[in-house]
Amino acid sequence: MHCRFWRAGGGMAANVLAEAGYKIAILEAGPDFDPANPDQITQLRFPYESPRRGAGTTRPFGDFDMAYGGWEIEGEPYTRNEGTKFDWFRSRMVGGRTNHWGRISLRFGPLDFKRKDFDGKGDNWPIGYEDVRPYYDKVDKMIGVFGTMENIPNEPDGFFLPPPKPRLHELYIKKGAGKVGIPMIPSRLSILTKTVNKKRGACFYCRQCSRSCAVYADFSSSSVLINPAMESGNVDLYVNAMVQEVTTDNEGKATGVSYINKEDYQEYQVKSKVVIMAASACSSARILLNSKSRQHPNGLANSSEHIGKYLHDSTGSSRGAVIPSLIGRKRYNEDGVGGMHLYTPWWLNDQKDLGFTRGYHIEYSGGMNMPAYGFGFNMKDQMNYARGEDIETKIARGYGLDLKEDVKLLYGSTVGMSGRGESIARKENYCEIDPNAVDKYGIPVLRFNYQWSDEERKQAQHMNDTFEEIIDAMGGIPLGEKPGAEDDYGLLNPGSIIHEVGTTRMGNDAKTSVVNKFNQAHDVPNLFVVDGGPFVSQADKNPTWTILALAWRASDYIKETMKTGRF
Amino acid sequence: MIGSVGASFVLNGCIADKEEKVLENPEVLEDAIENGEGYGRTPAEAARDARLRSKTFFSEHEMETIAVLADMIIPTDNNFGSATDAEVPKFIEFIVKDMPEHQTPMRGGLMWLDHESNSRFQKIFVDSSRQQKIEIVDDIAYPDHVEPTKKQGAIFFNRMRNLVTTGYFTSKIGLECLGYKGNRPNVWDGVPEEVLREHGLAYDEKMLRECIKPEERNEVMNWEEYERTHML
Repeated sequence: MHCRFWRAGGGMAANVLAEAGYKIAILEAGPDFDPANPDQITQLRFPYESPRRGAGTTRPFGDFDMAYGGWEIEGEPYTRNEGTKFDWFRSRMVGGRTNHWGRISLRFGPLDFKRKDFDGKGDNWPIGYEDVRPYYDKVDKMIGVFGTMENIPNEPDGFFLPPPKPRLHELYIKKGAGKVGIPMIPSRLSILTKTVNKKRGACFYCRQCSRSCAVYADFSSSSVLINPAMESGNVDLYVNAMVQEVTTDNEGKATGVSYINKEDYQEYQVKSKVVIMAASACSSARILLNSKSRQHPNGLANSSEHIGKYLHDSTGSSRGAVIPSLIGRKRYNEDGVGGMHLYTPWWLNDQKDLGFTRGYHIEYSGGMNMPAYGFGFNMKDQMNYARGEDIETKIARGYGLDLKEDVKLLYGSTVGMSGRGESIARKENYCEIDPNAVDKYGIPVLRFNYQWSDEERKQAQHMNDTFEEIIDAMGGIPLGEKPGAEDDYGLLNPGSIIHEVGTTRMGNDAKTSVVNKFNQAHDVPNLFVVDGGPFVSQADKNPTWTILALAWRASDYIKETMKTGRF
Repeated sequence: MIGSVGASFVLNGCIADKEEKVLENPEVLEDAIENGEGYGRTPAEAARDARLRSKTFFSEHEMETIAVLADMIIPTDNNFGSATDAEVPKFIEFIVKDMPEHQTPMRGGLMWLDHESNSRFQKIFVDSSRQQKIEIVDDIAYPDHVEPTKKQGAIFFNRMRNLVTTGYFTSKIGLECLGYKGNRPNVWDGVPEEVLREHGLAYDEKMLRECIKPEERNEVMNWEEYERTHML
């Protein structure tokens, strides 16, 4: 059996199936990675240990971020159709993007699987919350996520570790948000405030989950899923293996994959009974579209011609503010866990007259963070905001001891708010094979075609109104200008939130979907896709927890089917 | 199966060796970092760093000017050193090679500064008196109040101020000056009581009941117990 692994789903499938005794080959396009490998650790490094002070020159989220790759990878281009936008983030390493992600681990709610029933837009999933719930439970218990029982209808509770206490700025925001009726509850992050097994340590509160935790106190697929799978002795890991295509036999069944070894640029093949794709939604689509044969002239598992279609990412728009009463604040270690301790789940599910139909949640940042490149930039502007229109004080502080003092005064007084919303999956937003370009391995590359609609723009407008409402209510001073219609209300490019899903969507009808409700290709029974590709819609929830639950569910289905030998 | 599988066995051995030490004792991580080489670079990143370090961008005279400006922007105070004490010029030399978009504005800005100083005082900037330096810098340090003819100088100074400020406050001295306390293993148990009081805030009963208690953090979660006590 073989799975090409990149993200959470591949790690989960490898873990479940290796434990069940199946032989697995994992193919990874990047190098090996273990967060406890001293040569790779960036955790607990200070900014001065990097000559660029942690700037994002080689790693887009900064020198210490644990993603090898980025928006652009040398020799591995992608293209866009004119007039459309899409930014594609790839992380080439064992564990992929799970090594640096935000650990926001939200279950989809009952509504999220059936949004069409509610607003008539997009499509329903062929499965509902009750189908996935047992797997969410298993994922919670196995991997660990903190949170609290809240009984919010579309934000299902789970098996939660205790959350950390809120930070000071989070208490300020909560107080403000409460005044205007916007809820804030403990965030739900896959970080171990208590451990779930003896192989992993408890969080020691350095706020650096983006660097991947050397004691495995956060969920990275590398440390939490792949390592134990390797220990089973049933897994062969192929690193720097760039998969070209899924190979097939005369009947059109998958027989394995072919890949380019990045070290010697030679082509190799791995044979297997079952092929499990987990290369990330767009990479899996690319591989399948490139897997052309006599039986599958449009690419493998693509008789519906739906591979690549319905590509969708979360929406995102942000705003910052200064909280004046935090200026000149007392110092203490405020790191906490890697991410927010409180967040705002979508609170307006019962309103149908907003002008847009899908919701968003709000993530918050702030506090006495570790400085890195960019810290202290544009001090003049920041102090102006903080001090209002007092021209005299503006003049006094351009340099020297006054500037030094201002930096210290302002430190830890700013907060950020980011809306992360559900976009509506549309057939017109897609990725396809660019007929005119190959990467340096000779593999045809993806071409993206994606545009936001008014649904997403109006949602972003609402986000920004909400941010100002909260900032006002907590006595904050908004930073920068409020984005308007001319800049799509600050809506970031599609792809920017790195929640792209939908390219091999799930359905009961083989004419309008790529995989069935067990993530199994309609056309090719021994081919599965367990990354974000099968998502019919992505909710305003970060996709990882659902990818993990569905990958486990698909793996159970594979185990059952293997017993009967029906592939 | 075709192809090499050597890597998987190496990985297995690694994990088995390290696990106990690392997990029982997070401080081992600090040792690993202190004794480790580099700062977690991939081979390609390490090679790029080495390549940049092997080159020199600024001339001696330019570095001298940068040092003077840097210490005007962040001077020493009673407790904490200046920008040059924190080796900010060295950081600036590196960052312009790392981000070439800084190169022309920085080189040209330094030339602008010498020309301005020559025109006014018949001396290049570093050779002018302290008072003369302040006169020039005062003209370009406040972008909202700058004469149109000196706008380019102000734009340069803004870039210089950004780089000096960021270089200083990401240095060891700068972090101490800032009072930064984080980036070390600890146990978060909320905002200190006296700070909460100072801000008129408090943890409500629900938070105190639900949040992790420091003494429980080393327990392994018992899900059976959880199911007994929570209605799911």
